[in-house]
Amino acid sequence: MNPIQTTRVAARALMRNKMRSFLTTLGIIIGVAAVIAMVAIGEGAKARVEQAFQSMGANLLIVVPGTTTSGGAHGGFGSMPTLTYDDLRAIQNELTSVRLAAPALRSIAQVISEEQNWTTTVMGTTPDYFAVRSWPVAHGRIFSSVDVEGGTKVVVLGQTVVEKLYGANVDPIGQSLRIKNTPFAVIGVLDRKGQAPNGQDYDDNVFIPSSTFQSKIQGGLQKFIGGIIVVSAVSADQTSRAQAQITALLRDRHHIQPDAEADFSIRNLVEMAGARQEGMQTLSMLLAAIAAVSLLVGGIGIMNIMLVSVTERTREIGVRMAVGAKPSHILMQFLVEALTLSIAGGVIGVALGLVTAERLAVALQWPVLYRPDIIIISVVFSAVVGVVFGLYPAYKASRLDPIEALRYE
Amino acid sequence: MADAATNGAASGPRPIIEIDRVSKVYRMGDVEVHALCGVSLTINEGEFIAVMGTSGSGKSTLMNTLGCLDRPTSGTYRLGGEDVALLTPGELAEIRSRKLGFVFQSFNLLSRTSALENVELPLIYAGVSSRERRRRALESLAHVGLADRAGHHPSQLSGGQQQRVAIARALVSRPKVILADEPTGNLDSRTSVEIMALLQELWRSGITIALVTHEPDIAQYAARLIVMKDGVVQRDERHEPIVAVVP
Ligand SMILES: Nc1ncnc2c1ncn2[C@@H]1O[C@H](COP(=O)(O)OP(=O)(O)OP(=O)(O)O)[C@@H](O)[C@H]1O
Ligand SMILES: [Mg+2]
Repeated sequence: MNPIQTTRVAARALMRNKMRSFLTTLGIIIGVAAVIAMVAIGEGAKARVEQAFQSMGANLLIVVPGTTTSGGAHGGFGSMPTLTYDDLRAIQNELTSVRLAAPALRSIAQVISEEQNWTTTVMGTTPDYFAVRSWPVAHGRIFSSVDVEGGTKVVVLGQTVVEKLYGANVDPIGQSLRIKNTPFAVIGVLDRKGQAPNGQDYDDNVFIPSSTFQSKIQGGLQKFIGGIIVVSAVSADQTSRAQAQITALLRDRHHIQPDAEADFSIRNLVEMAGARQEGMQTLSMLLAAIAAVSLLVGGIGIMNIMLVSVTERTREIGVRMAVGAKPSHILMQFLVEALTLSIAGGVIGVALGLVTAERLAVALQWPVLYRPDIIIISVVFSAVVGVVFGLYPAYKASRLDPIEALRYE
Repeated sequence: MADAATNGAASGPRPIIEIDRVSKVYRMGDVEVHALCGVSLTINEGEFIAVMGTSGSGKSTLMNTLGCLDRPTSGTYRLGGEDVALLTPGELAEIRSRKLGFVFQSFNLLSRTSALENVELPLIYAGVSSRERRRRALESLAHVGLADRAGHHPSQLSGGQQQRVAIARALVSRPKVILADEPTGNLDSRTSVEIMALLQELWRSGITIALVTHEPDIAQYAARLIVMKDGVVQRDERHEPIVAVVP
């Protein structure tokens, strides 16, 4: 008796009790669907977080003035300035692990065009900032180092600001707008960057040269940076080294005793992203546990129904044995039946899981990432469940005595 | 029958079934039931025997033993020269598949399964290819006069037709021996004669047949009568069978 015949006999037996077969596989279906959906969603969420961190800039480090305990790590912009332009230059020039460094001065201000006004974040910085943040222009240009040296009154707008001031699909380049009563010429519009991991809108920003920021927006300080320093390490695996080098450099420059607390802190976004991923891994483990439990329950369901089936079909087993079926034939028949149930459940579960994931992803607006390995593992695992839980009923059937089976009422 | 007997005499009777001092003891708790008590019996190729006896005399036990469905508690059993008393369940299944055909009182067809597929069943386990299986099953059904009922399920057939499907199933693997435990027990007398006519025809074609019956009328169609009592053979005699003619 070849496997195809065995499968056909099994499929036929299962089709006789369609509803029962379906209900039996429900445990497996739900288990597998849950795994597939959750993994797809989890992967989507992970991808979204990664994407968000990626959008912050490549290999980004942020140097924030103030001690960790005095709230520097949280506030950053509002803290007492301790970082100087000389520090910035030293970071930029002296450290091998640092690719670029740029100041980021920040102020909330009203920006007024000819027809509209909008309150947004005004950032004073240097051209390197856009490289650090991997943030290209959509059209126009970003300001140059010449603009920074000369303190020219030029502004680069984020997409949200463009929409608020000029409406969608309008090219504002060449237009003039006023920030704190100073007219600025719009020279560029940045690419849309979307949301930060904390939900903040990256595109709701305007950028002006740091020198202009100092003279027109927030006067006074010349030596100190009234904001933060953003740094790009030369590569992702150099971020930790860059962090260590900057720490050592600044502690030295600020004459901080070895055991004293530093007057600045450094945030490493790669590490933060890593922490998020670890969280995701915990979630994955949890899902795996849920899946294991539902598949176990599904397996017990299969075992139960197979035991019922063996009892119900005792006479049939007797007839099959009388006409020449060996115990191994009977064993295979019931095993294949259990296997057919569980694999069918697995396949339906995968389909259901994919549909669910798709729906949820649309609702949550994030990408769905199917993991083919998980799909295959799920189906294989349901097959294993079928064999494990089908084995005992099948063995029981194969050990029936033909005479007693034939006499069974 | 006359020719069968002469043929047998010419080549010398060749035993196909030889049991020697076969006993079967069922143990139910403390009680031992001796269903067979040292039965010795030789059935030659081409014989048609009827087994009679009171209820509980061990007829079914004997048939099940001869049919390799059950193993004797003691004694030896040679089927076609092969010692089968000590075979494993798997090996016994193989013997059943190759050498034996069964007909039961209650037909024992698979329900919700067509006559054709019921007849094909033994060939599935004998490893016959599906096309050959279909061909032989149809041939077998035609043999019992049910070619036009191949697609019918047992519930769509009369008792006599169901028993003929069962006979077709017993025939399909071309066994040397057909064993029938009260094949007419559930049938009316006219249908019983039809079934006996069919069995006589198979017998004439050379198949050895052993059947159990309670009805002396049915036993008359066989050529040898064995009467059982309390697990032993009480009488064993050959006689001229009457020819079954369907009224
Ligand atoms: N599985 C069993 N367990 C215990 N005792 C059994 C079993 N099968 C048969 N017997 C006993 O063995 C004896 C012979 O039974 P068997 O079925 O062979 O009788 P029988 O001649 O076929 O009777 P009937 O004409 O009623 O069919 C009976 O006493 C019966 O009770
Ligand atoms: Mg009986």
